[in-house]
Amino acid sequence: MFIKIKTNQLQLFAMVAAILFIVVFFTVMTDGSFISPRNISNLLRQTAIVGVLAIGMVFVIVSAEIDLSVGSMMGLLGGIAAIFDVWFHFPIVLTILLTLGIGLLLGLFNGWWVAYQRVPSFIVTLAGMLAFRGVLVGFTDGVTVAPTSSAMSVIGQSYIPFSWGISVVSLLCLGLLARVYSRRKAKQQHGVRNQSAKFEYSKAIAMVVALLALVFILDHYRGIPTPILLMGGLIIILTYVAKRTAFGRRVYAIGGNIEATRMSGVNVERTKMLVFGLNGIMVAVAALILTSRLGAGSPAAGNMAELDAIAACVIGGTSLAGGVGTVFGAIMGALIMSSLDNGMSMLDVPTFWQLIVKGAILLLAVWLDVKTKKAR
Amino acid sequence: MKQPLLDMRDIVKSFSGVRALNGVSITLGEGEVLSVCGENGSGKSTLMKVLSGVWPYGSYEGEIYFQGKLIQANGIRDTEALGIVIIHQELALVQELSVMENIFLGNEIGSFARLNDEAMHHRASELLARVKLDIQPDTLVRELGVGQQQLVEIAKALNKNVKLLILDEPTSSLTSADIRILLNIVGELKAQGIACIYISHKLDEVLALSDWVAVIRDGDHIATKAASELTQHDIIAMMVGRQLEELFPREDHEIGEVVLRVNKATAIQAGAFRPQVDEVSFELHRGEILGIAGLIGSGRTELMQCLYGCYNGQYRASIELEGQTKQIRSQRSALAAGIAMVPEDRKRHGIVPIMSVGRNMTLSVLDNYKANHFSSVFGSVDEDKEYQDIEEYIARLKVKTASPELAIKHLSGGNQQKAIIAKCLLTHPKILILDEPTRGIDVGAKYEIYKLMYSLVKEGVSIIMVSSELPEVIGISDRVLVMHEGKLKGEFDHQGLTQEIIMNCAIKEGA
Repeated sequence: MFIKIKTNQLQLFAMVAAILFIVVFFTVMTDGSFISPRNISNLLRQTAIVGVLAIGMVFVIVSAEIDLSVGSMMGLLGGIAAIFDVWFHFPIVLTILLTLGIGLLLGLFNGWWVAYQRVPSFIVTLAGMLAFRGVLVGFTDGVTVAPTSSAMSVIGQSYIPFSWGISVVSLLCLGLLARVYSRRKAKQQHGVRNQSAKFEYSKAIAMVVALLALVFILDHYRGIPTPILLMGGLIIILTYVAKRTAFGRRVYAIGGNIEATRMSGVNVERTKMLVFGLNGIMVAVAALILTSRLGAGSPAAGNMAELDAIAACVIGGTSLAGGVGTVFGAIMGALIMSSLDNGMSMLDVPTFWQLIVKGAILLLAVWLDVKTKKAR
Repeated sequence: MKQPLLDMRDIVKSFSGVRALNGVSITLGEGEVLSVCGENGSGKSTLMKVLSGVWPYGSYEGEIYFQGKLIQANGIRDTEALGIVIIHQELALVQELSVMENIFLGNEIGSFARLNDEAMHHRASELLARVKLDIQPDTLVRELGVGQQQLVEIAKALNKNVKLLILDEPTSSLTSADIRILLNIVGELKAQGIACIYISHKLDEVLALSDWVAVIRDGDHIATKAASELTQHDIIAMMVGRQLEELFPREDHEIGEVVLRVNKATAIQAGAFRPQVDEVSFELHRGEILGIAGLIGSGRTELMQCLYGCYNGQYRASIELEGQTKQIRSQRSALAAGIAMVPEDRKRHGIVPIMSVGRNMTLSVLDNYKANHFSSVFGSVDEDKEYQDIEEYIARLKVKTASPELAIKHLSGGNQQKAIIAKCLLTHPKILILDEPTRGIDVGAKYEIYKLMYSLVKEGVSIIMVSSELPEVIGISDRVLVMHEGKLKGEFDHQGLTQEIIMNCAIKEGA
């Protein structure tokens, strides 16, 4: 128990420390413009797409699989959304629903091959990575589908007014504190040892402070960007799915030991297929944000995004061996990646250096993780 | 007296405080065959691992002299260099490579840059002739039968200039024709001066082949005698000759009507030459503990896998549960029908190591805790309700854990096993299958598990227990079935049952 708390704290601290270090570093290097409200707003909007992808990817990786197709799938779904919007003038709600539905189907398709046909997910999704991109280029004839309607641009480009934003976020903060309190009480009732009160409450309060600070900073620019609110909502919902639902529990069990889980009577195949279906929906959400932000469906959209999503998960403490990982960690990973992108772009670091640095950070993060685990 | 080829003196090997070998001494001369006999888990394999260098010098007590020199092996390569080669029960050939490539794997002829295929081909032909195998050296190993593969292994050993060949249950998966060929080869090698240590449960082979027979029981060296002075019965008596201690808390309980009727259960593994389970029929009564004995590979575990719907291969069985015919096609349908199983391999099939003790326990019954039924998939788990069950079963089964939230991998084997049993009990089974329930568990935890079994049968649960430990089978069961090569060989009441009776039934051909 003692060891477990220790490493939990360690991982969290390491992640927060890394982010703080990056923020301080770039703030100094850019004479403060890195933490200007405008840049923070930009940074977060850049995070939204990779963040949403990472949320879905966490489930896939926790179940000890991988999805290499999300970049192409996001491009395809974004293209489809643009086609519905630009060519057919579908109402925005219909476009959204159709895109989400197709995302679900594509995900389930991947999952069916992995779970029921036993083709390794690396291969299934590698095939998807090629084929989805091909379908996209075929549909669009290789040209950009533009311009999207003004309704479409709401998803990725609009901002939530301050009064709305502050009330939603305050409510959220209260909910968070109440939840920590009620969990602790329930555990006490059942005689389960709690983590130290100081640790849990300071964690919650730190989050509340960070959230509120963010709202006020963003207010100095244009308010909370809609994609960020979307991502925030998804973080909460999918953390709930991961931690509190039977489905989430089974995903972790499958990643921990699939044979034992099967022996326990869990429908392993269906659960795995649903994981990919869920991932497909997340990809669809990311695709809608992307198309809305670009104002177009591009045949090259989403190229290599799967690697960013996987990197975000891994930096955020998700184990490729399965069974370990959190939504929150993946978001932190995504934030680290996009901060690096953003900061280096502001410093006019050449693109090739950006790639090298990101690669090095990925390697370093996992190396540290392996080292600390061995030390135990 | 001539200097012996092999001289193992007072070998002691412990695993985390438990003695697996307790001062075993063995000597063997050139060109002699020694058979090592003992029950499953008696320490035979450990002894062979010590000899072959799997456990390096220094990790055991005692000394091994080979050709008069002390062996200080650091791994299997060192003993192979001396001429000691072990051939395992599970063959270690690379299926996709040719016979020749397998024979020379790790000992290739030629330089780093270029292999001398011609020389290897020539030498391989010679070696294959020595083991009387009439195949081309470039045949792929996967095209060969199990018996032929065994001979390829021996050819590989001959290439390493073997002086002492160790065969670990070489015939357990062979047909009788292949067995005859293999025994002939061993006889010829013997004539060429190659010594052999032979490990087998097949006592007729043991007596036909060996000069000496050594018996090991619970890590103790019981005796080494000339094979000519022994009968099969003598060996069995030495193998099992321990007294039943007061380890088994037998309690009176009522046995009711038939709850389970299994008719002609058959299980076939693709590529096997005989069914792993061959038309086995039996009945199980309410509140009964049915023991199933047999050697490893006799089909015990496979029979249980058929009942629990997790056999990896083709199987059919007509199963009648409380008068109703049931189709058991998966673990899910077994659990739904009221059959739960504690699997043999706890690490692989039992626990999810990084999950908490509590969550391992509730893995089968998560649906019971769904608070809101808005979706069968995403329904949330009512953790308060879950905690109540976890607490109840931790108390009931006396699972010793610092917290239900501790990862289960930190628990001892006995407590892990209790948690797995709790997982099964939470499904409220009518029939509980326990496959080797006390393997690798200390005596105290064993006792508690036995107690629990009796309290369960008193509640009307029926238990099927598969076990390799004969005292346990006799001490706990009401009735015992004995399996041999996939078939049901005997059925005994526990009254008056002895280990000799079971071993006779489990070992002898056609008895």
